[in-house]
Amino acid sequence: MGRYVMRRLLQMIPVFLGTTFLIFVMVYALGDPVAAMFGDRAPDPSTAAKIRHDLNLDRPLLTQYVLYMGKIVTGDFGEAFNGQKVTELMGSAFPVTFRLTIVAILIEIVVGISLGLISGLRRGKIVDNASLFFTLVVISIPTFVSGYLLQYFLGVKWGVVEPTVSSGAPFGELIVPGLVLAGVSLAYITRLTRTSIAENMRADYLRTAVAKGLPRRRVVTVHLLRNSLIPVVTFLGTDVGGLMAGALVTERIFNIQGVGYQLWQGVLRQNSPTVVGFVTILVIVFLVANLLVDLLYAVLDPRIRYA
Amino acid sequence: MRGSTRAKWVVSAAVIAMAATACGGSSDDDKGDEGKGGDSKGIVRAYWSDPQNPLEPSNTNEVQGGKILDMIFRGLKEYDPKTGAAKDAMAQSIDTKDQQNFTIKIKSGWKFSDGTPVTAKSFVDAWNYGAYLDNKQLNAYFFSDIDGYADVHPDKEGAKPTAKTMKGVKVVDDTTFTVKLTQKFSTWPSRLGYKAYSPLPEAFFKDHAAWLKKPIGNGPYKLESYVKGQGAKLRVNAGYSGTDKPKNGGVDLKVYTDGNTAYSDLQAGNLDLLDGLPAAALTNVKTDLSGRYINQPAGIIQTISFPLYNKKWGTEKAKKVRQGLSMAIDRKSITEKIFQGSRTPAKDFTSPVLGAPGGYSDGICGELCEFNPTKAKQLIQEGGGIPGGKMTISVNGDTGSHKDWADAACNSINKVVGNDKACTTNLVGTFADFRNQITKHEMTGPFRAGWQMDYPLIDNFLGPIYKTGASSNDSLYSSKKFDKLLNQANAEADTTKAIQLYQDAEKLLVQDVPAIPLWYQNGDAGYSDKISNVTLNAFSVPVFSDITVK
Repeated sequence: MGRYVMRRLLQMIPVFLGTTFLIFVMVYALGDPVAAMFGDRAPDPSTAAKIRHDLNLDRPLLTQYVLYMGKIVTGDFGEAFNGQKVTELMGSAFPVTFRLTIVAILIEIVVGISLGLISGLRRGKIVDNASLFFTLVVISIPTFVSGYLLQYFLGVKWGVVEPTVSSGAPFGELIVPGLVLAGVSLAYITRLTRTSIAENMRADYLRTAVAKGLPRRRVVTVHLLRNSLIPVVTFLGTDVGGLMAGALVTERIFNIQGVGYQLWQGVLRQNSPTVVGFVTILVIVFLVANLLVDLLYAVLDPRIRYA
Repeated sequence: MRGSTRAKWVVSAAVIAMAATACGGSSDDDKGDEGKGGDSKGIVRAYWSDPQNPLEPSNTNEVQGGKILDMIFRGLKEYDPKTGAAKDAMAQSIDTKDQQNFTIKIKSGWKFSDGTPVTAKSFVDAWNYGAYLDNKQLNAYFFSDIDGYADVHPDKEGAKPTAKTMKGVKVVDDTTFTVKLTQKFSTWPSRLGYKAYSPLPEAFFKDHAAWLKKPIGNGPYKLESYVKGQGAKLRVNAGYSGTDKPKNGGVDLKVYTDGNTAYSDLQAGNLDLLDGLPAAALTNVKTDLSGRYINQPAGIIQTISFPLYNKKWGTEKAKKVRQGLSMAIDRKSITEKIFQGSRTPAKDFTSPVLGAPGGYSDGICGELCEFNPTKAKQLIQEGGGIPGGKMTISVNGDTGSHKDWADAACNSINKVVGNDKACTTNLVGTFADFRNQITKHEMTGPFRAGWQMDYPLIDNFLGPIYKTGASSNDSLYSSKKFDKLLNQANAEADTTKAIQLYQDAEKLLVQDVPAIPLWYQNGDAGYSDKISNVTLNAFSVPVFSDITVK
């Protein structure tokens, strides 16, 4: 087990280097950020040259990358164009997005799995069909539609919640955005759980469990659900990274200054320290989440062993 | 059984809904401190988005940074919000005999919000800071008319400055300093209302990092707190000596991720003032806000510029085509249908915010800016048709809805020439890339150009864009007659006569068509029922000090 984790951690290094380099090249390919800083006016050549020089933009791409990575190792992620340290931006953005992700994941787990379980148990019945219909509707509505609709009705028209999240982004205010963010994944989780449950209902170990007279509650929760969760956990694992990076639309609608928003700003202003810095952290989040998922398999299914 | 599972379903949904509302309710209380300002203490809650650069006066060239600088700084001059005329603010007098050497006397008794006095040195130091190359100030060019600028800010890429201060600016005593320009420039004092010319306190030079965290100025408001990316709280500066003392208790600027989000907050009563309304809101804004909506032309003009350095577009014959294209664009329909009236069809090369005293005149463009399909077709044919039979209008795709209007303009042109494929839009991904291609003079067809004025005077719409070798002359237009008229105007002591000369120069543009004026961008704002007396100044920034809170 320990060796397995070790190996996986070591594998992360090349993946990490590869992804950061790719992102660096992509931001670089977007063009020269300095010209945009001057607005519609042609940049004055000496000032532009000076800014480029100070940002290392006048060096070859590979040198820029090496210089950048050298700084990252010492914990210096550079500065955004407004003079704010990227680490400072991360410090304010990641906790906010993290809270939003937790809210979304909790909603996904609680609602998605229970819906999936119920419809899997009652296959072909009204509940099952209703949940199929519900998930189809949810999947087919894009986030910005559900986001603006909920914001307009709950926030503006009926005034039940604040339409926007305040700067501290406490959990309470994140429930509606979390719901919007969770929407699509929630539908997937429901479908995944349902299929998996329906399949395992016919498994031998389940028949055995029923035959030896275990109470239904125990059969369903311990034997059926636990074994059916493997595909769901796989999905949730990748979803954590996706939710953190992909919350851009939701974050903009509800005024949440999280990771997605900062990334978007970074791309718009072509500030490579911001973009590469945030993506670097996201890559780590992805890698760790995937590792955790793999480890969770062993917990869920005793037949799986890592060496 | 079926009943019970269905009940579970309903219960779980209800729990979520209740949790959402309950927490939403409690958050009301949390937000109380932030929110109640609008009612009790007379605080205006206004929209903001993160300034792109550090908040130095000579480094801020966009609206959001300008908004806050406008509140915390007062320069020598101030532009009248209604007429756009430059009035003395900190200046006691600005005298000159030869239109080149100016003696500036400032009013005494003014203080920065940290209590230190504003002296002639505060101005001179600030200007030298702004001009010095190593400080990398985006607005350094504002000082380029001052004698000695070339020493502190050589133009060439990679060149090093040979001096730290400009020799043309000298402190005489605490309230007097002199400025020598490189050439005669009669209307120069009128530009001193721009925030790049603001004085800076000693704290700025002593502890720069601390100053940037919480800028100190001499304006009607002082900064109480500033959290980058979240917002700023501004309160009345009790020691302010100007005449435009604020009529409210202060302003809370709140950073929004998106204009639509701010609009929702405005409707829900969590925001008092939103300037620059999102396009999606424009259709319903009048009914949504029951008329609490301002929409007026701003100091921004949009044009289509031609690459005159390109053989296809720069010839004498192509001039007729350029004229024809201008008449082929139906400005009125485009501004109404695509921009919902948030643009005003252009009638000259400047902007109505200048007013007649600033040099605006609605008759200058005349026929050239009128939609006239027959004459347009005739002119294009006389000029040999669209060069190569096809043209593209290049716009950037990441900001504004430029593709929409460019498509419409092309459509308008195509109808005139009777060819569906004659004109198409060339979409460049990012603004940065777009500007790059333009500044490297790589354009092969017409391209979008916008000009946001630095100060409300006609010369700012002509000199920087159309004078030979000027910094923003992206078309590489060059006319000896035009340059001569501008120089004459700059040397003319009498302002009325100077304006007349500038307008004569502008009329040359109408003949030569280096660019097609399209429309003036409007500044707009919506506001809540808690505030009144909301106006926009010539820069489309709300006049915060005039706003009263109910």
